[in-house]
Amino acid sequence: VNTRAAAPQSHEQLRYARLLEWGARVGLWLLVGSFALYMTGILPSHVSPQRLPELWSLPVHSYLQLSGAPVGWNWLSQLTHGDMAALSGVAWMAACSVPCLLSLLPLAVSRQRGDTALAALCVAEVLVIAVAASGWITGGH
Amino acid sequence: VRPRQAIFGSALLLAATPALAGMASTPAMPWWGWPIALFLACFVMGIVAVPAGIGGGTLFVPIVGSFFPFHLDFVRGAGLLVALASALAAGPVLLRTGLASLRLALPLALVASTSSIGGALLGLALPARAVQMMLGALILGIVALMFASKRSEFPAVPKPDALSQSLSMHGVFIDGATGRTTQWHVHRTVSGLLVFTGIGVLAGMFGIGAGWANVPAMNLLMGAPLKVAAGSSGLVLSLVDSSAAWVYLNKGAVLPMIVVPSVVGMMLGARIGARLLDVLRGAAVRRLVIVVLLFAGVRTLLKGAGVWL
Repeated sequence: VNTRAAAPQSHEQLRYARLLEWGARVGLWLLVGSFALYMTGILPSHVSPQRLPELWSLPVHSYLQLSGAPVGWNWLSQLTHGDMAALSGVAWMAACSVPCLLSLLPLAVSRQRGDTALAALCVAEVLVIAVAASGWITGGH
Repeated sequence: VRPRQAIFGSALLLAATPALAGMASTPAMPWWGWPIALFLACFVMGIVAVPAGIGGGTLFVPIVGSFFPFHLDFVRGAGLLVALASALAAGPVLLRTGLASLRLALPLALVASTSSIGGALLGLALPARAVQMMLGALILGIVALMFASKRSEFPAVPKPDALSQSLSMHGVFIDGATGRTTQWHVHRTVSGLLVFTGIGVLAGMFGIGAGWANVPAMNLLMGAPLKVAAGSSGLVLSLVDSSAAWVYLNKGAVLPMIVVPSVVGMMLGARIGARLLDVLRGAAVRRLVIVVLLFAGVRTLLKGAGVWL
């Protein structure tokens, strides 16, 4: 990307970019680091890697029945298992846009006339991600 | 690297993707062979995705779903995360350079991420064969779109509509290649929001990156400059795939053994692909990708119909 001729960007866009950069970087390292703990056997696994080839060709409901793997947020209570710890990186990546959106709220409400459209869009998007994450309508709990 | 050698090399690598999966499917294959084969396949996909101008997430589900033994539920979950990781990694640079516009992306992402939850739930509830057949048809549709799609660098927008103005969906873009400064705004915002509602359903249901649909919708329908549409598409994806990824995570359809090698392979491959951008002939790589997608689409369709398992 040629950055030499880039137009100056708004405060909100730059703030979002800065937080997103950190979020994505931490998420990727968390994903790779926790996976390394899983693969090296430093942490025990809930479903052993040796058993996975007989399970991963099954639909998810059959996989859950046979493996006893947790659904919803129950993986959080099993973070001492390598395969569950590896989900923390996934969850981080799926959530790291939320602080970026929330960080725009002070900018949106502090302006002289207020930028209610931006504030409303950010809050609504955070709510959508929160509803998806909660498992409330997805039946994750 | 000479262009011909590079094209030949990438052709060989892409053609090797099913072969890698075939190698791994031998009964004597140890369990650890799978993540290695997946990493290599995704590395190849990452290399060709950039010069072909297609998101790695769009290649992932058809190819891995066709040539690896993983159930489509897990492939779709991994596909979403591959697209999400790529979008998150590219987002900050695109935002800083003005190639992505937060104001343009946010309203579209809001409707698409809402509908992606429904799409994800629908995809996990429908019989696998039905989803597979629909996915096959969708891939063939994407191939047709890649053949026929027109693009407009700077579409004419005679007058921005009231909704886009109230949402401040406009900006200034300086093209790094030409130095040209463009004040852009968009129109047909309601139609755009409706189209993005459908795109969200497809993204959630099939776990497929939706850049192939985002860019024409923003560029041709709403009138955003092509580069702004392409950059903002990544930002939309990062939000849409976040919502849908939570559904797959909550339903237990995310296997780190499939996700991590795929994400890392695709991101490393994309770095190589970006460096090869100057030496590869984009049109030739694009034709190659179209052929592979066509093959994967037909195979997915026939797999769903129970004809070619």
